[in-house]
Amino acid sequence: MATILEPTIFELSSPGRIGVTMPASDVPHSDLPNKNLLRSDLPLPELAEVDVVRHYMKLSKFNYSVDDGFYPLGSCTMKYNPKINEDTCRLPGFLYTHPLQPIETVQGNLVLMYELQEWLKEISGFAGMTLQPAAGAHGEFTGVLMMAAYHKSRNDSKRTKMLIPDAAHGTNPASAGMLGFSVVTIPSDARGNVDLKALAAACDDTVVGMMLTNPNTLGMFDENIEKVIELVHKCGGLMYGDGANLNALLGIVRPGDLGFDVMHFNLHKTFSVPHGGGGPGSGPVGVSERLVDFLPSPLVGILEDGEDEIPPLYGFVTPKQTIGRMKAFHGHFGGGLVRAYTYIAMHGLDGLKAISQFAVLNANYLQARLRGTYTIPYDRICMHEFVAEGQFAGSDVRALDIAKRLMDYNFHPPTNYFPLIVHEALMIEPTETENKDTLDRFADALIKIAEEAKSQPELLHDAPHITPFGRMDEVKAARELVLCCWLPEDYQNQ
Amino acid sequence: MTYIPISPNERDAMLKTVGVKTLDDLFDAVPKKHRFPELDLPPALTEMEAASLLSEMANTNENVREHMISFLGAGAYNHYIPSVVDHILRRGEFYTAYTPYQPEISQGTLQAIFEYQSLMTNLTGMEVSNASHYDGATATAEAVSLAYAQFRGKRKKVVMSPTVHPQYREVIRTYSQGMGLEEVGDDVSIDPEAGPEAVMSLVDENTMLVVVQYPDFFGRIHDYTKLIEDAHAKGALVCIVANPTALLMLKTPAEMGADIVVGEAQPFGIPLWYGGPYLGFFTTKKSYVHKMAGRLIGETVDNRGQRAYVLTLTAREQHIKRERATSNICTNQGLLALASAVYMSTLGKTGLQQVANLCYQKAHYAASELSKIDGFGLCFSEPFFHEFVLCCPKPASEVNEYLLANGILGGYDLGKDYPALKNHILMAFTEMNSKQEIDTLVEVLKEME
Repeated sequence: MATILEPTIFELSSPGRIGVTMPASDVPHSDLPNKNLLRSDLPLPELAEVDVVRHYMKLSKFNYSVDDGFYPLGSCTMKYNPKINEDTCRLPGFLYTHPLQPIETVQGNLVLMYELQEWLKEISGFAGMTLQPAAGAHGEFTGVLMMAAYHKSRNDSKRTKMLIPDAAHGTNPASAGMLGFSVVTIPSDARGNVDLKALAAACDDTVVGMMLTNPNTLGMFDENIEKVIELVHKCGGLMYGDGANLNALLGIVRPGDLGFDVMHFNLHKTFSVPHGGGGPGSGPVGVSERLVDFLPSPLVGILEDGEDEIPPLYGFVTPKQTIGRMKAFHGHFGGGLVRAYTYIAMHGLDGLKAISQFAVLNANYLQARLRGTYTIPYDRICMHEFVAEGQFAGSDVRALDIAKRLMDYNFHPPTNYFPLIVHEALMIEPTETENKDTLDRFADALIKIAEEAKSQPELLHDAPHITPFGRMDEVKAARELVLCCWLPEDYQNQ
Repeated sequence: MTYIPISPNERDAMLKTVGVKTLDDLFDAVPKKHRFPELDLPPALTEMEAASLLSEMANTNENVREHMISFLGAGAYNHYIPSVVDHILRRGEFYTAYTPYQPEISQGTLQAIFEYQSLMTNLTGMEVSNASHYDGATATAEAVSLAYAQFRGKRKKVVMSPTVHPQYREVIRTYSQGMGLEEVGDDVSIDPEAGPEAVMSLVDENTMLVVVQYPDFFGRIHDYTKLIEDAHAKGALVCIVANPTALLMLKTPAEMGADIVVGEAQPFGIPLWYGGPYLGFFTTKKSYVHKMAGRLIGETVDNRGQRAYVLTLTAREQHIKRERATSNICTNQGLLALASAVYMSTLGKTGLQQVANLCYQKAHYAASELSKIDGFGLCFSEPFFHEFVLCCPKPASEVNEYLLANGILGGYDLGKDYPALKNHILMAFTEMNSKQEIDTLVEVLKEME
C-alpha cells in the first residue's frame, strides 16, 4: 500500500458531520416531484468546516507558486501577480452583477470593457478587439475562425493550408486542425528566424495564412519579420500572431504596425492575471481593418454618444459578418478583464515599456551568466526568454534531471523539452519582476548543477530530494486510469 | 507604478554583463521605423488611485446584493458562497501557481482537481470527469467534438432541442464551422408545449449526437430515459446539459443512460461576476475517455512509495497530437474547479441538500403566489426545479421595465430568442430569495396597470 501524505476529501468524510448549513425554509412547504424523478442518494463528503480548511491548507503547502519564489517557466510569463488586482476584481459591483442585466444597470462594467478594448488596440496597433475568448487557445481558435470566414467571404475556397514554423506552440497546429486545415511546417534558419527560402516555396494561392509567434519560442525576435509578413500577404494569406510572448514588446513595437492581421493576447501572461494553478486565463483577440467585420459577437460599443455632463451609453454591438459567439456571456470579466484593466491603468506608457525592457534585460543577463556552462544553440541578444541545452558531452544527465534538481535549490524549473527543435531544451523566462539577487542565485544553482552532472550524476537522476514528493510513475497512472475516488462506504460498489 | 525590483545601479551592472550600453540597445532586431511607438494611454496611477478609480466604476453598477432584488437566472445564478471558498482561493500557493506540469511540486493542485473530478462523477453518476472547460456552453460544444471524433466524421448530424440554452446552441454552431455538420431540431418557432420527444423524429442513422438540457431552458424536468433509449437504437450518442444544483435533488443523467453530461458549475461557489470566468464541467463514460478533450488527473505513486497524482493521457492533447488533436484546449479553469470543490466540501452532503431544497421550495411558493395574480400564470404544467416560465398579460420587456423601476431585476425575456414567447418571462429562485422578496414581487406585479 502506498503511503498517504494527505487523505482525499472523500476519505476524510464521516457520515453525519455537518459543515456550513443553510437557513430553514421561510415559505410554506411544497411537495417534491414524483419519487421516480428524484435521485436515491447523494454520495458526497460530509465534513465540518475546520476539516475542510485544514485539508486545503495542507494541499496548498504541496504547491510551489510565484508567491513562493522564482518560476522561470518559458513562454508562460510567470510574473508577480499584484495583490491590488485581487481586491479590485472582488468589488461587490463587479462580483454581484448578472451577465443578462439591462445595460443601463451595468454601465460601470461596460465602460471598463470598452476602455480595455481601446487600450489593447492602442498597445497592439490593431483596428478591432474582442474580449470574449476565455484563454489563449480559445483566442487562437477565434482568430483562425475569422481567417477562414474572411477567405470564405471572398469565395476563395481553395485556401486550406496553414503555415506554421517548427518552433510553434502545439496549440497553433491544433487550432488550424479544428478548421480542417492542413499544416505546413516551416523550418527555422541558423539564427532562429523563419527560413525565408522555405517560406517563399510554401507560399501559394492555397495558403490560409501563417501562424507566427514573435518573438518566437527560442526568444528570438525575427530579424526578417517585415519580409516574412510581405511574403504571406503577397500570396493572399493572412498573418496570425501568437501573443504568448507579448511581454517582450509592450511599448517596443506594435504587431499591428508590423502588418499582423490578427493576434490573441494572454492577459494571464502579459497583464498579470494570475495563472490559478491552471486557469482561468483570458485571451482577447485584436484584428486589422479587413477582419473587423468578422469579430465574434457581441462586442462592447457606444450606443449613444454623450454630451457635456451626460456620459455615453455603452452596450453590445454585432459585427456585420460575425463568426458568432465563442462562449456564453461576455468573456472572463471578473477574473480576467478587471485585473488586466487595473494593471494597465497603473502602468501607463512608460510603465508598460519598462516591463518589456526589464523582462528582456533579465533574460539577457541570465543568458550571459550561463553562457560557457550551458550550450545556447541560438546565441544572440534574446527577447524575454532564451533556450539552453540541458545536456553535457560525455554525461547521461538530461534536461529532465536538471529541471528536477533545480527543485532541490528551491526554484521552479524552466520549461523543458520545448521548443522541439532544440535537443534537451531548457526554456528560461525570468520576467521583469525578479531582482538581480534572485537571478544570480538561480544562475549559481544551474552552474553548480552542471558540476554535479559530472561529479555525482545519480544526485540528478534521483532528484528532487527535499520536496514532499519524488518522481512520479506516469506509466502506472496511464495504464490503471484511476481518475476518481469515492466515499469509503462506496468503494466496495465500484 | 511598476513591480520591477531592480535598482538603477543593479540595472547598469546587468547591462554591462550583457554587453550593451542602454536598455533600448536590446531591441536592435526590431524594425527601426516601428520601434518605440508613442502610445496614447492615460497616465499611470498609484495603487491608491487605482483602487479608488475601480471602486467608482464598480459603484456605477446596480448589483443584485445591494441595489436590486433579483429573479434572473437563465444560465447564471445568484447563490450564497460560504466564506471558506474565497479564503482558500486567496492562498497564493493555489492562485499564483501554473498548470501542474511539475507534479513533484504541484501535488496541491493535482490532488484538489482529482477530488473535483471525483465530486463531479459522484454528482452526475458518470464514470469520468475531466479537469474543466471554459464554461457550460463550450463544454457542450466539446461534446459535439467528442461525438464527431467517436464516429470519425462519418455521422454528420447533431440534433439539438430548442430548449437547450440559446447561447449554448450558438456556441455549438460557432465551434463546428470546420466540421461540415448539419445542426437541426432547434427551430425556435416550433410549439414550445412540445415535449422532448419532438426532436426524436429527426434522429436517424446519420445522427452522431442528441443534445438536451436538464432541467431544460424553460426550467422543466424531463425524464430522458426513453429518449436516450430511442437515440441509442439509432446508434447516436446523447449529451445532457445539466444544472448542478438541480442534480443535488433529481435523478442523475447517468441513471437515464446519458453518454455525456456537461454543464455550467458557476452555481457551485463562483460569483456572478458579470458572466465569467465560470466553469464548464464535462463527464462521460470511461469508454469515451480517449476522445475527451481537456486535462485529466490520474492517481499514481512516486518513487518514495507515496500516493500521488499526475496529468495523465496527455497523448490526447494538442502539445503531443498537434493538428490531430480533438481540441486545442489546454489550461482553462483550474482555480474555479478548486472553488467548486471547496464549495461542495464546505456545504457537504447536508448543506448541499439544503441548498437544493430551498431553491425548490422558494420557486414553488413563488409559482403558486404569482399564478394567483390576474392575467399571470404558469405556462407549463410539467414539474420544475428552481426556474419556471411566467406568462404575462403584456410583453415581457414591459413587465421587466416596470419591475426594474420598482427595484426588482425581473426574469429573462424569452421573446428575445423565441418569437412566439414574447409575453413570457423565465423566473429563477434560489436560497438567496427570502419570502419577503417573493411577496414584494407579487405585490408589485398585482399593482401593474
